[in-house]
Amino acid sequence: MKAKVYVNLKPGVLDPQGKAIQHSVELLGFTCIADIRQGKYFEIKLDSSAGEDEARESVARMAREVLSNPIIEDYRVEIEE
Amino acid sequence: MKFGVIVFPGSNCDHDAYHVISKHVGQPVDFIWHRDTDLSAYDAVIIPGGFSYGDYLRAGALARFSPVMNSVKKFAESGRFVLGICNGFQILCEAGLLPGALIRNRELHFICEHLFVRVEASDTPFTDELQRGAVLHLPIAHAEGNYVCDDLTVNELKRADRIVFRYCDKDGNITEAANPNGSLDNIAGICNRERNVLGMMPHPERACEDLLGSSDGRNVFRSLAARLAAVA
Repeated sequence: MKAKVYVNLKPGVLDPQGKAIQHSVELLGFTCIADIRQGKYFEIKLDSSAGEDEARESVARMAREVLSNPIIEDYRVEIEE
Repeated sequence: MKFGVIVFPGSNCDHDAYHVISKHVGQPVDFIWHRDTDLSAYDAVIIPGGFSYGDYLRAGALARFSPVMNSVKKFAESGRFVLGICNGFQILCEAGLLPGALIRNRELHFICEHLFVRVEASDTPFTDELQRGAVLHLPIAHAEGNYVCDDLTVNELKRADRIVFRYCDKDGNITEAANPNGSLDNIAGICNRERNVLGMMPHPERACEDLLGSSDGRNVFRSLAARLAAVA
């Protein structure tokens, strides 16, 4: 089983890296960009003993307590077979 | 009184802090490896600057899980003094000992320069020997020093006089131009509600010798020593 965790800055938290990336992409000639926000992506392999609900709960806790800082970031968990 | 300086893999201001305590404050001090958990011998611990765990994930995020940090939490809860400088401030925020977070500098650069901070609160164990409104010339050296928190938190920090240092110009004016990293309200250092835990981005331990450009940082450590002497 594989878990995917996406961590992004909360709306409203300044993302200077995203802004710098946006600027660089715009230099390529793209004029259609409203905003770029940079985040983090984690892949976590889980052994097969855990059921999906248990896995989701465990990974959500990892995301909440380690992978993200809840003061500035939100997270989203996806579980794949 | 005895001081401890915590050493994580990647700490690099630990020796500066040790030097200041032993030479300028003249008190006994030990290095404490991050795997140690016994802080019973100490009255104050310093969490020094550096790049604990290479700043992986987020600055300070992994150091928070070092064994010593559970002991630091209990140490702080017992009312003893904890000073986090730079990466130490980031660790204290990640560990929940101080509110808010330190994110990437507004202009993205790593900033390494001397600048000015104003003492906003002198009723802490770390600023006793300083006057409110005094301007200190201190260095900063960080890429993630941009302090953020929600409105509720900043209002509480203001109400309880917990903003201890703010970035200012050389005359002590709090201006946007004097804000090096985009920190909310020019915040450079805050303390907890009980006032025994202080986190600050500037480096007082690197400003204790005139030869190094400033000795304005000494009074932070002398305040701490004086407070410890008074309670002893």
